Amino acid sequence: MKLLAALSGGVDSAVAAAHAVEAGHDVTAVHLALSSSPATLRSGSRGCCSKEDARDASRVADLLDIPFYVWDLADRFRQDVIDGFVAEYAAGRTPNPCLRCNEKIKFTAVLDRALALGFDAVVTGHHARLSDGDLRRSVDLDKDQSYVLAVLTPEQLAGTVLPLGSLTKTQVRAEASARGLAVADKPDSHDICFIADGDTAGFLRQRLGAQPGPVVDALSGAVVGGHDGAYAYTVGQRRGLALTVPAPDGRPRYVLSVEPVTRTVTVGPGEALEVSEIRASRPGWLAAAELPLTCQVQLRAHGAVHDCVVHAEADGWRLDLATPARGVAPGQAAVLYDGDRVLASATVEGSSSG
Amino acid sequence: MAYLDHAASTPMLPEAVATVTTALTAALSAAGNASSLHAGGRQARRVVEESREQLASALGARPSEVIFTGSGTESDNLAVKGIWWARRAADPRRTRILASAVEHHAVLDAVEWLASHEGASVDWLPVGVDGRLDPEVLRAAIERDPSDVALVTVMWANNEVGTVQPVHQLVEVAHEYDLPFHSDAVQAVGQLPVDVGGCGVDALTLAGHKLGGPLGVGALLLGRDVECVPLLHGGGQERDVRSGTLDTPAVAGLAVAASLAVERQAELHARLSALRDDLVRRVQAAVPDAVLNGVPLGQAHRLPGNAHFSFPGCEGDSLLLLLDAKGVEVSTGSACSAGVARPSHVLLAMGADEQAARSSLRFSLGHSSTRADVDALVEVLPSVVDRARRAGLPALRR
Repeated sequence: MKLLAALSGGVDSAVAAAHAVEAGHDVTAVHLALSSSPATLRSGSRGCCSKEDARDASRVADLLDIPFYVWDLADRFRQDVIDGFVAEYAAGRTPNPCLRCNEKIKFTAVLDRALALGFDAVVTGHHARLSDGDLRRSVDLDKDQSYVLAVLTPEQLAGTVLPLGSLTKTQVRAEASARGLAVADKPDSHDICFIADGDTAGFLRQRLGAQPGPVVDALSGAVVGGHDGAYAYTVGQRRGLALTVPAPDGRPRYVLSVEPVTRTVTVGPGEALEVSEIRASRPGWLAAAELPLTCQVQLRAHGAVHDCVVHAEADGWRLDLATPARGVAPGQAAVLYDGDRVLASATVEGSSSG
Repeated sequence: MAYLDHAASTPMLPEAVATVTTALTAALSAAGNASSLHAGGRQARRVVEESREQLASALGARPSEVIFTGSGTESDNLAVKGIWWARRAADPRRTRILASAVEHHAVLDAVEWLASHEGASVDWLPVGVDGRLDPEVLRAAIERDPSDVALVTVMWANNEVGTVQPVHQLVEVAHEYDLPFHSDAVQAVGQLPVDVGGCGVDALTLAGHKLGGPLGVGALLLGRDVECVPLLHGGGQERDVRSGTLDTPAVAGLAVAASLAVERQAELHARLSALRDDLVRRVQAAVPDAVLNGVPLGQAHRLPGNAHFSFPGCEGDSLLLLLDAKGVEVSTGSACSAGVARPSHVLLAMGADEQAARSSLRFSLGHSSTRADVDALVEVLPSVVDRARRAGLPALRR
């Protein structure tokens, strides 16, 4: 096959491309430039698309002896991922930008262009398995990325090759080292790539400005503190609340909800975060199934898995959880699994204790 | 394999390879720092000085006007910053730079640096749709206040679209007001007649690898009476303007290549013009909506080896990738260190919109180009353009 390998400059995509080359495919590499003003050097596990990453990616391509190009997707990344991220927080929701990047950039902008240019599929270093059209968890459950790929359509998956799903991260690093790839020991990237200093609240404050409002205790209804912007708070958050009035029961307080119009952040005790019923919209199916459906649901990347029953509702699903989930925020993805197989995904709109 | 990217780097001439090889081989037995006083040093110095004379003679300059550097970029930086600093030191009011809007980044970014770090003011002189700077535009810019101008810098010929500037007339205008004039002639030497003495330019940049010499060596031809503050301080080589031990083999290779390039210039111009005209006609026949950017065919003010097109609906990046896969090597005309193609400031200055700028491709011919290179391009181009058009411009596909 004629394959387009997306090389981030990290170890996973490097080994994925190496597998594709060794399997005898005709492989061309691209590095996606997602920042219009890339930093020169990478700092630790944060940030992405520095010139150093681009160089690392090009050196991988050199070693694999495959053509290498840089595709400038900074404008689309800003519009589809960063602006959406800010808008979601401004609306009191909790987005997952990696998932949106997969959906809009890697498996839409890049895949569409690759197919149009005559490639058969795109190769990425995601930790997940594709077999017979089914998307499954990686054998390395700590590194599994099936959750952030679950938003893809069957058509997108048909144009995707994921060589790493049956390898653990340790094996990937060992393979990179055995192949002489200099990125073998490069730190894993985590955090949000476009917030280089890791300060999400600061990033949002810069974009949205100060929007002060009250922090209200759910039990007493009393104002127990203030904030500079409700967008800086996420359901389930405990740290950084700066409450001026101690909780009446003396127990820790967590963010229960964020209401952007009145700029109200509601806090309460931990058990008030527990929900057993979730409403989700915009469902997308990767496997055939009929509702109601008994399966499992995962509500955040690397989060817990809950047994559930999925019921059809007018604009999506109602999920009845067998065990309560904590800290479910609107905007997160609810991904349905049957064991290690991804069935569908949808966007959380709300939840209740049922 | 068809190499159509001579404007990026052209193969070394065999004579230059032989010269460099001889000089390197000599270094096996005699360690020669051209600044040393012993026999080995004298030998290296002799090579350097004969190279200086050879290069000066080829370009109508005096040997003392040749400053060897490490690249065209270094020469541009030295000229722009060095002359600006010297002019300001002599008269603090002289901080304004007049530069064409289509300069190479080596000039453009040096000027921007002076503006952002040293308080320079800049007039980016607008060009016409063909990329030419009208000398009257320069005159009007000077006339706004002749007493505050530090220098004028206008390239001899543009690296992207190949437009040749009316350098003689521009220099005349600048000299009416006693203003120093620098020209980046990296693309011009060997393709066009370049006579430093004849046109009176005060500083002129050239680079080895654009004219058949080695990579990693360039020169600034700097008039004897032009004050220039050095960028590099040290041993005082090169008239105290550019310290650093010279790369003797590279300097020798540059001089031989420049000398031959100038000697063969008229013949090369005639041959490449014909080949380029053929390329343009065949590209337009193969892709009827392809738009030739810059100076129209049949007019003199274009580099003989340059053909620069916009292919509507295609992204230059896509065309490059597809042609590369077919063994045809071209350029989108502008690249930065991260390899990210940006809409060209040159095309934007010529009035192109961003889409047209992003859909452009440069074919550039040189001394080793043949009809077979053009054949190879024209054979694959229609299918490549067709495919790239289907991949589209991302902004149009949203």
